[in-house]
Amino acid sequence: MAISVELKEALEEISGPGFQATNLDKAIGLARANSLWPLPFATSCCGIEFMGTMASNYDLGRFGAERLSFSPRQADLLMVMGTISKKMGPVLKQVYTQMAEPRWVLAVGACASSGGIFDTYSVLQGIDKVIPVDVYVPGCPPRPEQIIDGLIKIQELVKNESLRRRNSEEYKQLLASYGIE
Amino acid sequence: MAEITNEYLLQKLQDQFGSDILFSDEQYGMLSVVINKERNVDVLRWLFDHEELKFRFMTDLCGIHYPDNKDNEIGVVYHLHSLTNNTHFRIKCFMPISNPVIKSATSVFKGANWQEREAYDFYGIIFEGHPNLKRIMNVDEMDYFPLRKEYPLEDGTRTDKDDKYFGR
Amino acid sequence: MQKEEIIDIDEKVKEYTTLNLGPTHPATHGIFQNVLTMDGEIIVNTEQTLGYIHRAFEKIAEHRPFYQITPLTDRLNYCSSPINNMGWHMTVEKLLGVDLPKRVEYMRVIIMELARISDHVVCNSVIGVDTGALTPFCFIFQWREKIYDIFEQMCGARLTTNIGRIGGLERDWNEDVYRLIKDFLREFPKAFQEFTNLLDRNRIFLDRVTGTGPITAEMALNYGFTGPNLRAAGVDYDVRVMNPYSSYSDFDFKIPVGTTGDTYDRFMVRQGEIWESLKIIKQAFENLPQGKFFAEVPEFYLPPKEDVYNNMEALIWHFKIVMGETDVPKGEVYHSVEGANGELGFYLVSDGGRAPFRLHFRRPCFIYYQAFPEMIKGAVIGDAILTMSSMNVIAGELDG
Repeated sequence: MAISVELKEALEEISGPGFQATNLDKAIGLARANSLWPLPFATSCCGIEFMGTMASNYDLGRFGAERLSFSPRQADLLMVMGTISKKMGPVLKQVYTQMAEPRWVLAVGACASSGGIFDTYSVLQGIDKVIPVDVYVPGCPPRPEQIIDGLIKIQELVKNESLRRRNSEEYKQLLASYGIE
Repeated sequence: MAEITNEYLLQKLQDQFGSDILFSDEQYGMLSVVINKERNVDVLRWLFDHEELKFRFMTDLCGIHYPDNKDNEIGVVYHLHSLTNNTHFRIKCFMPISNPVIKSATSVFKGANWQEREAYDFYGIIFEGHPNLKRIMNVDEMDYFPLRKEYPLEDGTRTDKDDKYFGR
Repeated sequence: MQKEEIIDIDEKVKEYTTLNLGPTHPATHGIFQNVLTMDGEIIVNTEQTLGYIHRAFEKIAEHRPFYQITPLTDRLNYCSSPINNMGWHMTVEKLLGVDLPKRVEYMRVIIMELARISDHVVCNSVIGVDTGALTPFCFIFQWREKIYDIFEQMCGARLTTNIGRIGGLERDWNEDVYRLIKDFLREFPKAFQEFTNLLDRNRIFLDRVTGTGPITAEMALNYGFTGPNLRAAGVDYDVRVMNPYSSYSDFDFKIPVGTTGDTYDRFMVRQGEIWESLKIIKQAFENLPQGKFFAEVPEFYLPPKEDVYNNMEALIWHFKIVMGETDVPKGEVYHSVEGANGELGFYLVSDGGRAPFRLHFRRPCFIYYQAFPEMIKGAVIGDAILTMSSMNVIAGELDG
């Protein structure tokens, strides 16, 4: 069955380059959301699922997260994938503090969200004990589609974030509660 | 490859070390001997150098804690493998929890290095002669030996999980 | 005129630089730290720190019933979790004295060899990535997803599979599994040949990997190496051949062995093992016997749910198994399987209770990673990174 496609032409009154009226917030939010530079902080099994997500079958690059940055100074999004032990907690905090604002954190997997199946003396029961987290992706390990869903939720957060959020009193109190300047 | 039987191996060990072999057992096809902890390196070295037995591969080294055996609570278990004879066997040495000191096997097997550090980290076994005996898995500041039976699995200071829902 | 001082270079005191590699570093695949002491570009010494992902498996195992330990074993070498699962099940079956039907053993062989291919593909493509070759990685990962599809049909999970039960497998294979395995056996060899063609005789790759990180056979044996790293050094020790388990003696396969133990040999040994694994899967698949997919051990193998709802005896067994009131024999058993990295051993001490008294995992990564400082002495950093990735250090198995 042939589907007929009609190309809509512009109205006669309008000619020349077009323009769009929007808020600065929305324009910047759109630009930021579709070009996030993730820092893959892959520690264990979720890291292998992340490798599968970055590879050709599920391709995280479609969503703008093509350029992985291993340096926290150049990254926007910290993706913590895998178990964080108490020995690793200070290292994670140091990586987070090196990131420049605006920065977002995605906790991938049950271990990063809440300690997962490892309720032991040596495992940090969730990375939100040391750094503030924006989106949690449950699963052990989460399927690549779930990780992409988590990234899309981060993109929603990024698109709708106010430009003044990082300087607001509430945000400063949030960071102070973690002991981060 | 000629396999040497467990009886033959036990006989050879008893001929060489006599009273230092405190106990022997065979479980699931593997011979298991308990020896005097003072002679552990001698036994390992003799088995390494022996022309016929040739136990030149150490498969495993781990610690174990039996809280009920008075004066023999902490043990070190060695699993040895002779590749040419295709034989495995197990050596155990016990020591009291008040003084868990034993000689290090690093002079015979380089691969014992980290395994002894792990046994020290988990059980507090002091290996004399070890080049670098410090904690390997846990944080350096930890002041107890977590795998001993008296310590719980969970971290008592955690706030987000309520023990009464977990049946504890 | 100034007097020129002639400084004898040998008399100058050497100053070494310290470089911290890790724990979070893109090239170390996993979190472990190496503090390198360097003389310019040459590495003089390395100090290693591990434990950044120590999850206390051995302590957890003392508090869980036997069947709940399988998900823990998944997370040891998570690139090839089915091998760990099967190894654990075999250990418990040895303790209990269970005889498995041939069909179960052949099914387990197919699952384990698929997992081995999956792990070796990761390791080899990552060696490629570390030399700058990103194409083979992206290409072969498409095919690795097919292995995940097969595991998903068998047990529902891709990576941490928790496949099988003590006494057999939890469900029989449906037609999708057979179709997927047949397709895999038909198509993967061609894709893998393309992967091989990209790297095997590639001049840049060969220049990078030959001669990096060598180790002699005596040193490797003294350190307790097993698996592809030991076979690359020249010793043909493979647990599948020396102490066959799960009917491996029925199959005809070779063991690839290297000579110098350098990165090239490790790469090629793993390539060879993938080809041999494909052969084994083909033999097992073509000769798969019919029969039951579990052994008759009602005390440890959960009865099917229809029976539990309708049959009193099955209900009682179900209750006893879940509540932990079945008798477990006392004893100690050591069983090892050929994991993707080497001899993965399980030392189980049971005191008759519901949970093991002591469970120790003989983790091959932990044991052979000790030799890393010796292997990279005198090398440059690029070679050290390649040696590390060719040793296939998986952090979950390293720390455990």
